Amino acid sequence: MIEKPKIDALSMRELISFRIGAQEFCVDIMSVREIRGWTPATQLPHSPGFVRGVINLRGAVLSIIDLAARFGLPETEPSARHVIIVAQVGPQVVGLLVDAVSDILTVSNDSIQPTPDVASDMARSFVRGVLALEGRMISLIGLDNLLPAPERVAA
Amino acid sequence: MDTMAAIKQTFFQECEEQLSELETGLLSIEDGDHDGETINAVFRAVHSIKGGAGAFNLGALVKFAHVFESAMDLVRTGRMSPGPDVLKVMLRAADVLADLVRAARADETLDPSRTDPIIEELKALTVAGSPPEPEEAATPFEFVPVMVDLGDFDDLGGFGDLGGPGELGAAGDLGGVGEPGDLGGSDAPAGLPSFRIRFKPRAELYAKGNETTILLRELDRLGTMTVACDTGEVPRLGEIDPEGAYLAWTIDLQTTQGEAAIREIFDFVEWDSTLAIEPFGTFDAVEPDADFSADNDPFQALAPSPVVFAKPETVVAPVPAVDIKAPDVSAALPGAPDEAAVERKATVATAQPTIRVDLDRVDRLIDLVGELVINQAMLAERVTEAGLARVSAVAIGLDELEQLTREIQDSVMAIRAQPVKSVFQRMPRLVREVAAQTGKNVRLVTEGEATEVDKTVIERLSDPLTHMIRNAIDHGLESPETRRQSGKPAEGLVRLSALHRSGRIVIEVADDGAGINRPRVKSIAVDKGLIAPDAKLTDDEIDNLIFLPGFSTAAVVSDISGRGVGMDVVKRSIQALGGRISISSKPGLGSTFTLSLPLTLAVLDGMVVTVAGQTLVIPLTAIVETLLPKATTVHGFGEGSRVIGVRNGFIPLIDVGQVLQYRADATDPKNGIALLVETEGGTRSALLVDAIQGQRQVVIKSLEANYGHVEGIAAATILGDGRVALILDVDAVVVSSRLENFDTSLALAG
Repeated sequence: MIEKPKIDALSMRELISFRIGAQEFCVDIMSVREIRGWTPATQLPHSPGFVRGVINLRGAVLSIIDLAARFGLPETEPSARHVIIVAQVGPQVVGLLVDAVSDILTVSNDSIQPTPDVASDMARSFVRGVLALEGRMISLIGLDNLLPAPERVAA
Repeated sequence: MDTMAAIKQTFFQECEEQLSELETGLLSIEDGDHDGETINAVFRAVHSIKGGAGAFNLGALVKFAHVFESAMDLVRTGRMSPGPDVLKVMLRAADVLADLVRAARADETLDPSRTDPIIEELKALTVAGSPPEPEEAATPFEFVPVMVDLGDFDDLGGFGDLGGPGELGAAGDLGGVGEPGDLGGSDAPAGLPSFRIRFKPRAELYAKGNETTILLRELDRLGTMTVACDTGEVPRLGEIDPEGAYLAWTIDLQTTQGEAAIREIFDFVEWDSTLAIEPFGTFDAVEPDADFSADNDPFQALAPSPVVFAKPETVVAPVPAVDIKAPDVSAALPGAPDEAAVERKATVATAQPTIRVDLDRVDRLIDLVGELVINQAMLAERVTEAGLARVSAVAIGLDELEQLTREIQDSVMAIRAQPVKSVFQRMPRLVREVAAQTGKNVRLVTEGEATEVDKTVIERLSDPLTHMIRNAIDHGLESPETRRQSGKPAEGLVRLSALHRSGRIVIEVADDGAGINRPRVKSIAVDKGLIAPDAKLTDDEIDNLIFLPGFSTAAVVSDISGRGVGMDVVKRSIQALGGRISISSKPGLGSTFTLSLPLTLAVLDGMVVTVAGQTLVIPLTAIVETLLPKATTVHGFGEGSRVIGVRNGFIPLIDVGQVLQYRADATDPKNGIALLVETEGGTRSALLVDAIQGQRQVVIKSLEANYGHVEGIAAATILGDGRVALILDVDAVVVSSRLENFDTSLALAG
């Protein structure tokens, strides 16, 4: 499933790429509100391990998702060098904890290839496609399913 | 269509205001205030609702308002005195009117059985109160002389077109306003040349976009004039051609300018009208024009005594005279009652200018100010950290900033604050209804209606208050006979009062009834298994039993306070607002329920505590007391549960850190502090925390907005250090500690 082009008739779109461990991912730039450094989060009780807690984003309470843990990779040990991507997910704003932001990419929709058929949970739930760039493989992430399901229903 | 819906929405909002004005007015008349202004205000309220309802084609509402208005008019004009009987009918009529408005708003129709009896009673009043009058005919539009203020030209855009049904309706709405004008030659001072102008436009004049009003205004510039309008040719409503012309005008003009100047004004319309201009007094010399001499010669009506009323059988009064002495009619005619002027004056006198603001905007502002307060606190903390002296310029500046932010916060909160009047106002009606249902005589006294509290609190106060007042009348007050036997006045008293006390609003519902029947309450509680049969309870504890879930003292479940909803529901809704409810009762003298509520829901008084390294806020309203647990008072109680001995009872001890899964193992109570909390249904528990940091007022932030609901957590807040702290949902924590099934008597003994 490839998202509709948003940029122009030539089907170009801009993506923000980031790194988690050795893997590279990207999200549509239109869903990114801001990028900020890590600040210690307040732990939320009864929450899945990938929810790091909540932080104060200029008066709003922002929940932080550890993308590594969400994708089934080892949990992040956050430090001052880690980065939070503040993204709009439907009506909510969510912080995504990643290792580093690398680039802004402008790619055509044609260059986005279908997700390889692998058994990984992550691939099926979140990856919307992959693109090859200078020998790197970057996975395009859809943000829809990031928050834990029951809470999203309750919200 | 959307615009129409929006206008309709505004109409209903205004209806609400008018209705409350109506009820307030009627009640103050009932209390002996027969001031003309009050009566006018009441009349105006009904009148405005009728007018608006007409515009939206709300037939039932118009019909009822019309009957109501006719009755009100008799009071207003002094033809009927507002005695208790009359007012009783009117108050009930006001209730029905409110129902009709509500029904219209919901696009429903109200059962005629609700409205018809009142209509009959109102009509009976009207007939009894006034001699039959021509306009008393059942037509919805009575046509009576109309005062026209040319200064308000914009309001009278369709004036010249008079003849369309819309205009007729509008004119009819101003019912009974003016007296036929004092026209005729009598007031023409000698000396100045006078002209009598007879002007009868034909339909083509209006079709070409001309406007009589403009012409009249032009004429008025030439000198002093008196205008009479002849409506004799206006046919019955059904026969009116909306584009027809039916009016003729006779203008007496005193001017220094000649006939030519007058002719000039009519230059463009002369061909589409019949125009006759002659020097005053030479009336006979002019032959009546063919158009004028139809069957009802208007000039006859303009004889020196111009006041000619309608023949009773005709709907339309033949000679409504329009007296124009621009710009201000009321000034020129001090004797004539001028509705418009009265209305204007009243508006100036009573209403302060207000604006309607979207609630979202206010809430956004409140949010921002909350952030400002937090930011200011953070800044102050940084300055202290930086080691600046308290007398340094920066610190002093910060102090001033703090004061300013507090003041801004208070002012912004005040925007949301509203007087409790809006909810108190609904109670008289409720009392009337419940009194009628129970056959009791009840007088409701309200105090402190101007006390202000947050809008949301007010909205959510309505249901509990309704329930408490029902209870007070249904269960509290005795029947009139019983009251007389015990030497009390037959009329029972229910007092509803509000006041501010130490940053909270305190609302009391008091009755002078029998008080709580303690032996009965206790036996019911035993029957229902709420307490042990041999439980020893103080009077206070017995009184508080009525707040237990599933408790209802009425032997017969009445449809008034029955419905399986008890005081426990009241208590829960008050607690949901961060409030508390208590009762004091004296046998034979009555009971008093006291509600204490926060002034706002945007901030909360909390106790800031530490649990497993995390900072939590516990609402202060839930906390009864704090204890230092000793090893000797804490006992293990079955698998993993513990209780703490408090005076003569045992209370479950809940380790907050464990319930919230901050830590796996129970902490040693000796190292912590127990907070005694009260939850729904009056049960008590002790929450074990590691340390208390202090008390603080915190701004409530939603966790749901960007995440979702978290079990055991009510909301979040941001502390002075900029970190997010979670606000504990005490009830949920107690419930999830899975210790619901303990004996209530133990909890009460605490």
